[in-house]
Amino acid sequence: MTMQIADSVSLPASDAKAHAAAARDNLRTEPRAVRIVIIALAVIFLTVFVVLPLVVVFAQALSRGILAYFAALAEPEALAAIKLTLIVAAISVGLNLVFGLVAAWAIAKFDFPGKTFLITLIDLPFSVSPVISGLVFVLLFGAQGYFGTWLRDHDIQILFAVPGIALATTFVTFPFVARALIPLMQEQGTQEEEAAISLGASGLQTFFRVTLPNIKWGVLYGVLLCNARAMGEFGAVSVVSGHIRGETNTMPLLVEILYDEYQFVAAFAIASLLAMLALITLIAKTVLERHLDEGQDAGDH
Amino acid sequence: MKDKTPVTIEVRNLVKTFGSFKALDGVDLKVDGGELVALLGPSGSGKTTLLRIVAGLDWPDSGEVFINGEDALAQGARERHVGFVFQHYALFRHMTVFENVAFGLRVQPRAVRKDEAGIRARVKELLDLVQLDWLSDRYPSQLSGGQRQRIALARALAIEPRILLLDEPFGALDAKVRKELRKWLRSLHHEINVTSIFVTHDQEEALEVANRVVVMDKGRIEQIGSPDDVYDNPATAFVHGFIGESIVLPVEVANGAVRLGDRPLDLAAGGLAPGASRMFVRRHDMLVGPPGSGAFEGAVRHVRNFGPVQRAEVALSGGETIEIDAPRDRELRAGDTIGLDPRRYRIFAG
Repeated sequence: MTMQIADSVSLPASDAKAHAAAARDNLRTEPRAVRIVIIALAVIFLTVFVVLPLVVVFAQALSRGILAYFAALAEPEALAAIKLTLIVAAISVGLNLVFGLVAAWAIAKFDFPGKTFLITLIDLPFSVSPVISGLVFVLLFGAQGYFGTWLRDHDIQILFAVPGIALATTFVTFPFVARALIPLMQEQGTQEEEAAISLGASGLQTFFRVTLPNIKWGVLYGVLLCNARAMGEFGAVSVVSGHIRGETNTMPLLVEILYDEYQFVAAFAIASLLAMLALITLIAKTVLERHLDEGQDAGDH
Repeated sequence: MKDKTPVTIEVRNLVKTFGSFKALDGVDLKVDGGELVALLGPSGSGKTTLLRIVAGLDWPDSGEVFINGEDALAQGARERHVGFVFQHYALFRHMTVFENVAFGLRVQPRAVRKDEAGIRARVKELLDLVQLDWLSDRYPSQLSGGQRQRIALARALAIEPRILLLDEPFGALDAKVRKELRKWLRSLHHEINVTSIFVTHDQEEALEVANRVVVMDKGRIEQIGSPDDVYDNPATAFVHGFIGESIVLPVEVANGAVRLGDRPLDLAAGGLAPGASRMFVRRHDMLVGPPGSGAFEGAVRHVRNFGPVQRAEVALSGGETIEIDAPRDRELRAGDTIGLDPRRYRIFAG
């Protein structure tokens, strides 16, 4: 504002220009007081609901010093939970990567009856409460469940063991990879694939040389979100895990147990790992989104 | 390029529907070896569908396709050895120009694949052919539209295709680049002598580049002929209206006379079926004379000059307004009353 006034005094020719700019700015901006209030509200909100909790997690974890923090993480129970979480995440991300690629390929590149229904079905885990997702597996594989007797007869343990946790996690994280890829692949269309085939490429050559390189950032993006959710999943896993200490407790479950037992340092130490995972995920997500945008610009001619 | 006898293409009675839309409604076409044929028609006329079926990218509901006398429908797109150039280039966006052109060579079965040096030599040869060897390390997004299209053509030629199919090859380019590429495509075709079909909705492009033009409308072939043929002797009202600028007047044929409104015209009606008809005249085929001469009379509304011709809007005495192109040796002025005589015209029933 002051700049514009100064301009109009010294340079009458630019006066009209400055006025026009001011008028344009006035159309787009609120009065200063309103701006300050709105920005302050946003900052306070973010501080209270995002920054503060994050700070509290780390503050609590380190409240007895760095040694206590690492000691808590080195507990056998904690190590077992970390290991289990990593295994479960690896299984579910792996399964959903394959499934997501196949589903997105089918949906984006082909037309078939029931396509809309399939897309809805893929979204189902998003709309169902995770607790229900867990209960479904109890109904299927529990002692009183549909396959319970058969499983017991063949001595196969699914519920209260790694397979059950992996299944529940896979179900809950089902949509991530497919959802990341479907719009991307739909936008890219099928022309490059058609070109590849008319140049003599086989289906597999087309997929690995043309389709996959075009969607690689999308795949990474989907995997990243899938992984974050897989490691952080609580509800569904809580129902199927059985909470056997040192065996079927994932990191989120262990956080709750330790907290209930007033072991705040240990609880928040594990929680701090999950918080760091979230931060790393966020940074990686930002980087990937930039790559995705670039890829889109390149194809946008 | 190797010397080979160019391959023929033949399609018989092709039918293709998308839902309730009939894209191809019984199409027969024979293309001789070495020809450069244009499929010309408005959008939705089925020309691209026909091209994609020949390439193996789409399949007809019924009908037959023969390439070099072999049943092409028994083969997939992969086995047909067809070079296909897409309207939007469809270059592989994550590969350099070099790798784009090399793609068809790299995916060949190991037994027939060239070694790296052979691939490099071939790609270099093709990039020289399209005069873009200096771009080989660029990515498609760094090229102009015209450059992309030439790279797409080089990529299609890399596999030494038996036939070359181009889908609106210059459709996405601006007018100047398009004109240059037309000439270039014609001389390239002369050089490589591969039987080629290209799809276009641009009549000028079809008439200038092709040695035969196939005019399509609503899934049917309206006329097949040389560029001169389809322009000078249109077989149907659609062709006359689609190719070149035409004046269209509703006329009535009765008792061996042609009438416009209630006025008999001084035109021969021999061999015409009686009934409501339409008369087609090229703008430049309306000869201007003094009032009273010729079949029509009208008043000049206004005149604009386009280089060697003047375009005049003329209100005919019956009320219709037409535009004519006249040479500038006799200057027309708004308000003049003139006689008009169609030097060439066609009358189609309906």
